[in-house]
Amino acid sequence: MQYMVVCFLIHTLCPVSALSAGETRILYARVFGPETGDGCDFTPEQRRLMQKEKLHVVARQVRSAVALSREASGGLCVEAVLGEEAAALGEADSGVFSLGNAELFPDRSVVLWLGVQSLAFTLVCRPHENLLLAEGTLRNIARHCLEELRLLGPGAEVLLKSDRVDALLHRLLPHGQLLFLNHRFVLTLDKEIANYVSK
Amino acid sequence: MYAAATESLIKQAREIKEEELQRFCGRIFKLLHTKDVSGDTVDSLQRLNLIVSATKYARELPSDLVMKLQTLLRSSSCPEQLQVLTSSIIRESFPSSVHSLCSDLSHDSRTFSHVASVVLAQVSHMLFTISLYSVHKHLSNHLITFTRILCSLNPDQVNLVSRKLVDWLRYASMQQGASMSSGGFFSGPRTRQPAPLTEVDGVVTGDFFTVLCLGQSYTEDQWMNMYTFSMIKSWLLTYDTDGTTNTESDDRSEVDSSVMSMVSATSSSSRLLPPKERLREKAFEYCQRLIEQSDRKALKKTDTELQKACIVESVSIMDIICGEDPSYVYRAFPCIKALYGRLNGDLAYARALLPIAQFYLNHSEIAAVDSEAVFCQLFSHCPAEQFNEPMLAFEFVQFCLLNASVLQDRVANYRQSFPNILKFLAGNSSGLIAEFVELLPSLIASDTAIELLHTILDLPCLAAALDLQQRSACYQASDRSAWDQQGAKVAACLDAFRQPSYRGLFLYILRPEAGTGDTIDRLKMLHEILADMAESPRVVQCAQVVPVLLHVYFNTVTQVRVTNERSGHLIAHTSTKKLMYTHICHISQGLNCVISSSVFIVTHLQALCKLHPPLIVDQSREILEFASSPANIYSKEDFYTHVVWVIGEYLSVSYDPRCTVELITSFFESLEAVLFEITQVRQSASPPSFSPRLITVLMTTLAKLATRSQDLIPRVSLCLSKMRTFARSAPVMTCYSEEDTEEIITRAHELINLLKLPNVAQFVLAPSAGGDGPRWHRDTNASLPQGMRAVSGLLHRHSSSLPT
Repeated sequence: MQYMVVCFLIHTLCPVSALSAGETRILYARVFGPETGDGCDFTPEQRRLMQKEKLHVVARQVRSAVALSREASGGLCVEAVLGEEAAALGEADSGVFSLGNAELFPDRSVVLWLGVQSLAFTLVCRPHENLLLAEGTLRNIARHCLEELRLLGPGAEVLLKSDRVDALLHRLLPHGQLLFLNHRFVLTLDKEIANYVSK
Repeated sequence: MYAAATESLIKQAREIKEEELQRFCGRIFKLLHTKDVSGDTVDSLQRLNLIVSATKYARELPSDLVMKLQTLLRSSSCPEQLQVLTSSIIRESFPSSVHSLCSDLSHDSRTFSHVASVVLAQVSHMLFTISLYSVHKHLSNHLITFTRILCSLNPDQVNLVSRKLVDWLRYASMQQGASMSSGGFFSGPRTRQPAPLTEVDGVVTGDFFTVLCLGQSYTEDQWMNMYTFSMIKSWLLTYDTDGTTNTESDDRSEVDSSVMSMVSATSSSSRLLPPKERLREKAFEYCQRLIEQSDRKALKKTDTELQKACIVESVSIMDIICGEDPSYVYRAFPCIKALYGRLNGDLAYARALLPIAQFYLNHSEIAAVDSEAVFCQLFSHCPAEQFNEPMLAFEFVQFCLLNASVLQDRVANYRQSFPNILKFLAGNSSGLIAEFVELLPSLIASDTAIELLHTILDLPCLAAALDLQQRSACYQASDRSAWDQQGAKVAACLDAFRQPSYRGLFLYILRPEAGTGDTIDRLKMLHEILADMAESPRVVQCAQVVPVLLHVYFNTVTQVRVTNERSGHLIAHTSTKKLMYTHICHISQGLNCVISSSVFIVTHLQALCKLHPPLIVDQSREILEFASSPANIYSKEDFYTHVVWVIGEYLSVSYDPRCTVELITSFFESLEAVLFEITQVRQSASPPSFSPRLITVLMTTLAKLATRSQDLIPRVSLCLSKMRTFARSAPVMTCYSEEDTEEIITRAHELINLLKLPNVAQFVLAPSAGGDGPRWHRDTNASLPQGMRAVSGLLHRHSSSLPT
C-alpha cells in the first residue's frame, strides 16, 4: 500500500575519527518493507548491500543538511547531559528535504530529520505523507530513544540495546505506519515501552 | 554523546573472526536450549544482533542456529524481548525460505507482527491464498500487519475488510476501557462505573469515538478505531480508486442509493450501500467530526499538534473521496469553507491551509465556488509572514510543484507572486534549491520575466533584508543592548532598516507581488547598505544558489518558444545587458566571482545570440566597449573569448540588415588593436597570461569580419603574418606548449591562405544560416564541398610559394 515510512535511522553528526570528514556512522537503521523498484534479479546479498549503501547516502545528505542549517541559524549548541533529555529535545533543530527522483528510494521520498547535538534521527517517508504527523512521531521516537538508550551519556546502549528501539518502533510506528495518537494513547504506549525496558 | 567506546565496539563487531563467530553462535545455540531465559541469553543475542548488522556484507550464521531462531520467533510463548531480537537477527541474515515462516497464520498479534516484519523485509508481496474466513478471523488482531502483507485483495476480500473497517471507524465503544489499576482499597469492582470519554478540552463526548477522544484506558475496538483511521487514507487510495460504484458486486440486490436520506447524515438507509461506498460514507463522517473536534481548545500540547495533523489528514481524505464520488463535493464544501474561515489568519495553522487549497484547486470548479480569496491568502500573505518555517516552506513549494500547470492556467496571482515565493528560497536556500530548480520555469511569464531575472540576481539582498526584518520585529528600538549584542555590522544595518529614507528601498525588495516595475534605480544604494551583511551565512548560502537558478532561467527562456516576439527580444536584450555588465552589484563577493567566471554565462550568451542574432547590433555600443578593453581579458577571459566568437559569428548583414560596413569596420579596428596589443613582441614582455585559444578566436573573428568587408583583408593578412613571430618569441615559448604554438602558427597560415580566395573564404568562415543543415555539407553539388575542393587544390599547387 502506498503511504508509509520507508526507514528510520539514528546516525552521527559529529566527526568520527575512523571515517573521513563528512561521513557519518549509522548507529541504528530499520527499513520497513522491501525495496521496490528495478532490479528484481539481484541476489539477496546484493540487495542487502545496496540497501546499506542507500542508507549511508541518505545519512550523509542529512549530515550536510544539518550542517548547513546550523550554520545559517548560527545558534550556539548547548551540550545537555543525562537527565536533561527534554531540554536537549527542545533545543533540537529539524528540517526536511526531498530525495531526487528514483535516486535512492522510488518516487521522491521525503527525508525528515531531527538533530539533537551530535546525533540525528531521520525518517524517510514516501511523498505526500502527512508531514505534521511524521514530525510529531519522530519527536516522540527521539524522546524515547534519548531516554531508553541514555544517548546523552557516553554509553554504547544504542548498539547493544537496539532491541529497545525495535520494540518502541513496533508500537509507535508498526511496519512504518504513522499513528494518530492523542496523549492518552501515548501514555499507554509509554507504559508498555517502560515495561519492556525494565525487563 | 557519541564516544570512543561506541566506536570501538563497532570495530570489534566488524572485525570478529569467522571461527570466533561460529563458536559464539554455538554457545548461543546451547543457551537457547536451556529452559530459562537468562540475562546471559539476552546479552548474547544482543551482541549477535550487533555483529550481523554492523557489516555491509552479510554474515553467515550456522543453519541450526537459524532454525532455532525461527522456531523461537514463531512460538507465542516466547518472551517479547527474544522475539524482537530474533526477528532483527533473522532480518539481517538470510533465512533459506521465508515462506516457511508464514505457513501458519494462527499466531497472536505480536508474534505475527514480528514474523511479518521478517518476511516483509525479503519479499515484495506474498502470495497468500487466504480464505475469507481467515481474513475475518485474523483481521482484528493483525490489521496493520495484514494490510502491509497483502498486496492485492480480490473484491470479496475488499468488501469484507471494508465492513470491518466501517465497524471500527464508526461504531467503536463509547465508554472507557476497564482500567488496569484498581480504584483503591475500599472500592470493589461493582462500584466502579466505566467513566465516559472526553473531548480534548475535557468536555464529555457526545458523539462517536474518534482519535481525538480521551479516556483513561481504551478498549480493543477503540484501539482498532485509531489504527483504522491511521491507515484509511492509504486504503482508500489503493482500493477505492477504480470507479465509484461496483456494479458487478454481489450486493447489487441490496443497493438502491437513490433512497439515501437527505435529512440526516447518519441515515439508516446508508446500510443499503455496498461496503466500499459505505466505508467512504463513514470515513467522510469521521473526517467531518474530526474537523469539528479540532475547533476545541486542547489542554495538552500533544493533542493540539494532533488536531493539526487530523485537520490535514481529514481534508486530504475528503479530497480523495470527492475525487471518487463528486456528489460528496456539495456536502464537503460548507465544511471546508467554514474550516478555512476559522484557520485563516491563524499563523499556527498555516500548514493546514495547503490541503485546503488543494481541495479548492481540485473541486471548486465543480462546485462553482469562488476560490480566489484562498489563493490570495496563500500566495500574498503566507510566504511573507512565514518564510523561515522550514516545514511550511517545504510543503508550500511541494504544493506548487505538484500543481504547477494548473496554477499557471487557473490561478491568476500565482506567477505574479514570485517575489513572495522566492522568499522561501531566500530563507532556506540549501534545503529548497532542488525544488526551486524544478519550480522556476513555471514562474516565468513573458510580461514579468525580466523582473524575475532581477529578483533572482538580488536574492542575497532579499535574504539579508528578510533577516533584518525579522530581527527588527524581535527587538524594540529602545532596547539598545539587545540591538548591539548582535554585532556592530548587523546593528548598523538594522539602523538603516529603521530609517524612513530607506523605507522605499526595503519595501521594494520585500514586495509581495510582481508588476511594479522591472527594477528600481536606487538598488545600488540598497546593495551598499546591506554590504555589511555579506558574510552572514544565510546570505552566503543564498548567493551560492543564484547561479543555479540563473542556469535554469536561461535554459527555459532560450528553449521554450516565447510566443510574444517582442518579449523574447526584450528578455534576450536585457539578459545580455546584465551579463555584459558584470558589475552585477552583489553584496557577496563570492557571487561576483562565480557570475563572471562560471560556465553558464558563456553557454547562455551563445544561446541567446543564436535565438536573437540582432542582439549584437542592438547592443553594439556596449559590446564594442567591452571588446575594446584588454583589461577585460585579464579579469574575464572566458567571457571575453565568447564575446569575440559571438561577434565573429553574428555580426553580419545576413543576420541583421542594420549591420553596416562602418559597424563591421569599427569592430574590426577595435579587435585588431587588442590583438596587436596583446601580441606585441618586446624584450621586456612578460609571458602571456591568457590562453592560446583567445589568440586563435581573435584571429578567426578578424578573418570572418574581413570576409564581410573585403577591404579589410590586407590588414588582416598583415596582422596574421605577425602571429608567427609572436608564437616563436621567447616568453610565449616558455608559457605555451609546443602543440599550442604550432596551432597558432598553423591557424594563422590557414587563414592567410583562405583569405587569398575571398569568395571561398566567405563560404567557409561565414556560411549563411543554412550552413547548419547537413545538406550543406553532404550534398556534393552544394557550394561548401566544392569550395573546399577548390581551396585544397589551390593550396597544393601554391604551397611552395607561401611565406615560411
